[in-house]
Amino acid sequence: MNTSNTQKRSYSLFIVPLLIAGMHGYASFIWDAQPLVLWTDSLVYLLVLGVAGFLVYASGKEHLRDPWKQISRSRLGMASLVFLLSFVIIGLLDSIHFRLPVENNSQQIANELNTEIQYGTETDSMLDIWLGPLKTNVEKTYSAPFSAYQFTKETIEHDDGSRSREYPRLIFGGAHLEHPESEISADVLSLAIKGMILGFFAWLVLVGVVCIRRQKKLAKSFKQTFLDILYGKTESALNIVLLAIGFIFIFIGFSAELATKYHIFGTDKVGQDVFYQSIKSIRTGLVIGTLTTLIMLPFAVMLGIMAGYFRGRIDDLIQYLYTTLSSIPGVLLIAAAVLIMQVYMANNPDLFETDVERADLKLFFLCVILGITSWTGLCRMLRGESLKLTSVEYVQASQALGVSHLQIIWKHIQPNVAHIILIAVVLDFSGLVLAEAVLSYIGIGVDPSMHSWGNMINSARLEMAREPIVWWSLLAAFIFMFILVLSANLFSDAVRDAFDPRIRKQ
Amino acid sequence: MLAYISRRILFAIPILIGVNLITFVLFFVVNSPDNMARMQLGEKHVTPEAIEKWKAERGYDKPVVYNSEEDGLLKITDTIFFENSIRLFVFDFGQSDEGRDIGHDIQQRMWPSLIIALPVFVIGILANISFALLVAFFRATYIDVWGVVLCVVLMSISGLFYIIGGQYLIGKILHLVPISGYDTGLDAAKFLILPVLIGIVSGIGAGTRWYRTIFLEEIGKDYVRTARAKGLPEIIVLFKHVLKNALIPILTGAVVVLPLLFMGSLITESFFGIPGLGSYTIDAINSQDFAIVRSMVFLGSVLYIIGLVLTDISYTMADPRIRLQ
Repeated sequence: MNTSNTQKRSYSLFIVPLLIAGMHGYASFIWDAQPLVLWTDSLVYLLVLGVAGFLVYASGKEHLRDPWKQISRSRLGMASLVFLLSFVIIGLLDSIHFRLPVENNSQQIANELNTEIQYGTETDSMLDIWLGPLKTNVEKTYSAPFSAYQFTKETIEHDDGSRSREYPRLIFGGAHLEHPESEISADVLSLAIKGMILGFFAWLVLVGVVCIRRQKKLAKSFKQTFLDILYGKTESALNIVLLAIGFIFIFIGFSAELATKYHIFGTDKVGQDVFYQSIKSIRTGLVIGTLTTLIMLPFAVMLGIMAGYFRGRIDDLIQYLYTTLSSIPGVLLIAAAVLIMQVYMANNPDLFETDVERADLKLFFLCVILGITSWTGLCRMLRGESLKLTSVEYVQASQALGVSHLQIIWKHIQPNVAHIILIAVVLDFSGLVLAEAVLSYIGIGVDPSMHSWGNMINSARLEMAREPIVWWSLLAAFIFMFILVLSANLFSDAVRDAFDPRIRKQ
Repeated sequence: MLAYISRRILFAIPILIGVNLITFVLFFVVNSPDNMARMQLGEKHVTPEAIEKWKAERGYDKPVVYNSEEDGLLKITDTIFFENSIRLFVFDFGQSDEGRDIGHDIQQRMWPSLIIALPVFVIGILANISFALLVAFFRATYIDVWGVVLCVVLMSISGLFYIIGGQYLIGKILHLVPISGYDTGLDAAKFLILPVLIGIVSGIGAGTRWYRTIFLEEIGKDYVRTARAKGLPEIIVLFKHVLKNALIPILTGAVVVLPLLFMGSLITESFFGIPGLGSYTIDAINSQDFAIVRSMVFLGSVLYIIGLVLTDISYTMADPRIRLQ
């Protein structure tokens, strides 16, 4: 228990300076910025509060705390948790939105001229500020990863008036090189090695900090603590956690060195950096995976428990409701609902001020629609379980003693179904992230202007026939989605193994 | 048996009515036909006459549920609700927003969908069960552990990438089969191999893992211990005892989707250019043809409910303990 605390603290110890460093220099900007809370943002904040509340509640309950200890010992589970958390941090940073003032229009000038600050129409997030140049380094059109030249030929007029068709140099990618043909591979290699070494040293510092803290707490020698961690002689899988963090640090160092000077994953049709797009897509994926559950959870839990607990007419009605809803094939119901939503939004353009708000509202509706189609499974499971629980002696005894229904549900039913809810929530996540890609591909997913892996795949697919093929958008979307979904799947396995009483017994 | 089946079918009727009401509310109450017309005709410069004309051509100019201008039975039948929703019950899908006969289109397009979906389903299930039995045979060894990890890895890849990767590798680099397209008769075979293969491969991860849990649950039961105790070899135990008893959960998952095979797969058909019901639905979504989407929603639920009834029937065949009450 103590170690997991240490870990968390040392993790945040490292994140905070990073953040401060990222914001440094932009601080004056941020001071003047106008905060903007989008629909999904507010729900994300609510979700964070909810998770924090749950953690506080769970830490006081033995039946919830014990499985977490088991998870902290699971090596695969903890490694995937580290990756998930790094995705979550990016998603949270990307959920703090604001509008920056138009340049040369800061508070001072505004005060002098006695006018209001003029805000730009563009909405930025904390992540945009952090990634800075990645957003603004826009080329003309396609370019391959680590290339200094455009992917397509253009007619270029030379100084002496002659014209030729050739691949023009990129505006930003590899712009610091004089002779890209001969220098580029050596430059990329040296930058990559430099970045990875920097990341590695940052990681060594972190490992050192963790060791020192543990050493003080356990009163062992530094070497002994280090060896304990190395050989996994800790209460939790600390060695794997540190290893996973090491991978992430090295990758951060690698991309921080290279991303400002090159396009790591190339650029897309309008010249935008694909690496930037993939990072921005993280929030979309996470929002769909989590908010959908947040929206449907109250209904599924309430109706499921009600049906199982009260039985009779209420049960019939609720069963009818979810059987009907679940008998419509999911994709078709989503398609129908999204079509209707598009009509509604086309006819009510005054619901939103900017395109960003429009895209955000669309994302929110998509979550609601996905929620409506996905609550039935959990509801059915909860009904079955609470049906069983109501015939258990202690529940019948409470009923005979005149304990109120609410109290019985909270005291007896809820603790017994909590694990089902938790497992369902975690299991649903990866499916929803995958569903987003498919839905966006069909054209009933998120707004085309929003960054999402589905949109990346969709636009890249149109270029499949091109020779040579434009593969980097697909590869980037694949890598990011795969890491997120794989770690979500592995983590949900660990959660299920720890919480499911049937598996725990074995 | 007959009484049982008819009772199950009777039970399905209120659900179908519910589905019908949901689609009706979604398509005609949440959004008035005026809104649909405006969307279809372009949002801004639309004259009221153009909207009226669009609605009249599609029969959307009638009252929604009650027509007070007509006499007798026509008060009810000459309405949007009756014309567009009640008629679905007799599979009269009417015309699409572009004027095509939806019923005819569906009859034409369900066969290509079925030709792809059926082999994917049958071979896929056989492959998944064989792999799952193999993994279950080596349970609690490294083969099992890594098999499961491999399944999770396969599950974590989006279906889109299986298709894109397969098309690229087999169609574009190896030139074994055409990348996409469709033909009738025997010529269809060369177009079908790739989508079928990809359909099977993309389902292996999730399928194998799912059947593995089913088998492992059965393996933990007492009758398996008895079978082993009397000296049966593990192969016989697995194939004769475990497989038979695992049939119930396998049937639950499999029979329900059988009728839905007619609907095809949206993304497979659109990637491979197969003129089935899946690509029909996608085209309708992209051209915002509400009539077709509405019909497909209803058809899909009918097929699903048929699947539920079939599941109940198949239980009675697979499990003699289930009595038909």
